[in-house]
Amino acid sequence: MTLEAAIAAAKESGDYQSVLDAIPYNSFLGLAVRMIDDGPLCVLPADKKLIGNPVLPALHGGVVGALLESAAIFQLIYRHETVHIPKTIDLSIDYLRSGRPVETFALAHVTKHGRRVANVRVEAWQDDRSRPIAAAHAHFLLT
Amino acid sequence: MTETRPKFDLDVIDRAIRANIPHCGELGVRTTAFATDGVVMELDYQERLVGNPATGVLHGGVITVLADTVSGMAVYGAVQKMIPIATLDLRIDYLKPATPGRTLLARAECYKATRSIAFTRGTVYHDPDDPIASVVGTFMFNSSRAASPSSAGADAAQRGLS
Repeated sequence: MTLEAAIAAAKESGDYQSVLDAIPYNSFLGLAVRMIDDGPLCVLPADKKLIGNPVLPALHGGVVGALLESAAIFQLIYRHETVHIPKTIDLSIDYLRSGRPVETFALAHVTKHGRRVANVRVEAWQDDRSRPIAAAHAHFLLT
Repeated sequence: MTETRPKFDLDVIDRAIRANIPHCGELGVRTTAFATDGVVMELDYQERLVGNPATGVLHGGVITVLADTVSGMAVYGAVQKMIPIATLDLRIDYLKPATPGRTLLARAECYKATRSIAFTRGTVYHDPDDPIASVVGTFMFNSSRAASPSSAGADAAQRGLS
C-alpha cells in the first residue's frame, strides 16, 4: 500500500497507525499513534538506542525533535483534506527539561491553516502533561 | 584564548561519540573534523531512516538529529572541554530534500560562548555550497565554565567584556 493509499484509508477508519508504519523512520523510532479528542497523539517508546546522554540518562535531543515533527505532520494529515505528507519548511524547538528515557508523548495544535502554509505548535511530555519536556513551532508547506 | 592546539585527537573523539552517545552509535555517525572553528559529522544513507517511501528521501527528524549533534559538538570543539551542556533551542530551516542514497554531512561552529551560554550555527548538506538545511542553536553550560581553573583566564576576560 502506498503512503497516499494508507492516508486515504486512515481518514476513513480513523486508524493512523498504518500510515505511521508506512514511514520507515517512524518505525525505526518505534513510534505509535493513538487517537484522542484533540487528534493524533504520537507516542515514543522507552528505548536505549534513542538515548543521547547515558550519564543523566536523557533522550537524544534530535529524537525529541523528530517526535515533535512527526506529531505535527500527523495532526496536519488528520486536519487537512489531502493524502499528501506536508513538507516541513522550518522547525524551532525549545528544550524545556531533559527527556528521561521513558515513554514520551507529543501532540500538535494547528495554529493557522492557510491555503498553502500551516503554522503548528507542538508539545512533548512524559508522565505529567503539565510539565512539557520540549515545545516547538513549525511551518509546513501544504501540497 | 591563548591556546589554539586542539586537546582532542580526532580518532578518539570519533569513537567516543559513537560509544558515549548511544543514538549516534546506533546510527553510525562519524566525526571527520573537530576544531575550535567547527565540527563536521557524517551519516550514511539508510533505508530505515526514510521519511517518504515513494521517493526514498530521509525523514526531517534525521536531519534534526544530525543538526542537534553537530551543534552540541561545535560547542565542545570551541571550548575544547567536555563539560555538561544542555540544548536550549534549535531552529532548523529545511532548504531542500536530502538526495536518496547520498551520505549526509553537517558542519556547525560555535561563534560565541559566554560564561553560561553558547551560540551555534551550521548547515546540513551533501554539497556545502547547496545546503539541505540551515540550523542555529543555543546551549547552556550546566556548570559555570569559571569553575574550571584551566579556563579562568578566558572567563575573566569574558567577565570584563560582558
